[in-house]
Amino acid sequence: MVEDNESERAEFSRKGLGAGVRQSTPIALGVFTYGIVFGVLARQSSLGLSEAVLMSASVFAASAQFVVLDLWKSPLPVIAIVVTTVAVNLRHLLMGASIQPWLKRLTPRKTYGMLYFLNDESWGLTMRARSNGENDAAFLLGSGLIVFIAWISSTALGVSIGGLIQNPARYGLDMAFIAVCIALLAGVWDGREDAVPVGIAALVALVSSVVVSGNWYIIVGGLTGSIAGVVRDEYV
Amino acid sequence: MSKIQMNTVTLIAIVGMAVGTYLTRVGGYWLVSRFELTPRFQAWLSYVPGAILVSLIVPELAKGGPAKWGAALAALVVAWRSGNILYAMLAGIGVVLLLRHLPVFA
Repeated sequence: MVEDNESERAEFSRKGLGAGVRQSTPIALGVFTYGIVFGVLARQSSLGLSEAVLMSASVFAASAQFVVLDLWKSPLPVIAIVVTTVAVNLRHLLMGASIQPWLKRLTPRKTYGMLYFLNDESWGLTMRARSNGENDAAFLLGSGLIVFIAWISSTALGVSIGGLIQNPARYGLDMAFIAVCIALLAGVWDGREDAVPVGIAALVALVSSVVVSGNWYIIVGGLTGSIAGVVRDEYV
Repeated sequence: MSKIQMNTVTLIAIVGMAVGTYLTRVGGYWLVSRFELTPRFQAWLSYVPGAILVSLIVPELAKGGPAKWGAALAALVVAWRSGNILYAMLAGIGVVLLLRHLPVFA
């Protein structure tokens, strides 16, 4: 019985931490590259070096940060920025829920500390490592930390060199944000059942972007589309 | 608006983003530790990101021209085939530059 309990208990050691760092380094290099682009684009908006780095360190969510750059115009639409950030990051809820069985045996302090570093890439790698027999929960922390370091340092680098770039459209950088969003959409696309929520959202967003001023079309489209998906599940 | 005031608003926005994001990170763990999530709620959660992302993309593209549409298509194809955000971003940037240098779109 004791043996069973022991094998069920997730370990948390330096070894697992190291494995997380090592196996996540290639992906961290990718994060580093688009972190530079984020920094360059942040520089084009009104964000300064310290503000951009503070955002990368405290929010640490690439997609949401790219998204709000589009909203970052004076006067700052604070509510729209926060609501959009949370909406784009709602996928974290599903990740945290899926990883819960692995973390529930750790102390709350470790769990709630480690979850700060939860990100798409580290979650994917951790789930894969876990299905390959990894039994050390510190893997997630190691993976999260290396991605975190890559994201902050590349933000700082991007903002610093961003001053050299006068017109981002000349380098095609105005396309970077949309391309990232498209890649994220392709990543969350889960087959034909997503056609209704995504299609309705696209339509409603397009119409409300013309009809309603400001950036509310993002939330209006996202809410309408996701609710349409649930309604379809229930009644069609 | 004074500079300090502007910075305060910026700070509030960043802190709001940080707190909101942290709640999404711990929220899923917290919820399943305490409640059984209904299938309906889980389905809704799974639809939100796609619906939000497409709501960002489509109006933005509608304002762009043929060069951006071509680049968006390239990014989509590369993202689909490779599953890699970085490659998709580079494809989008590359194709928009290419198309802008073609006389048809210039």
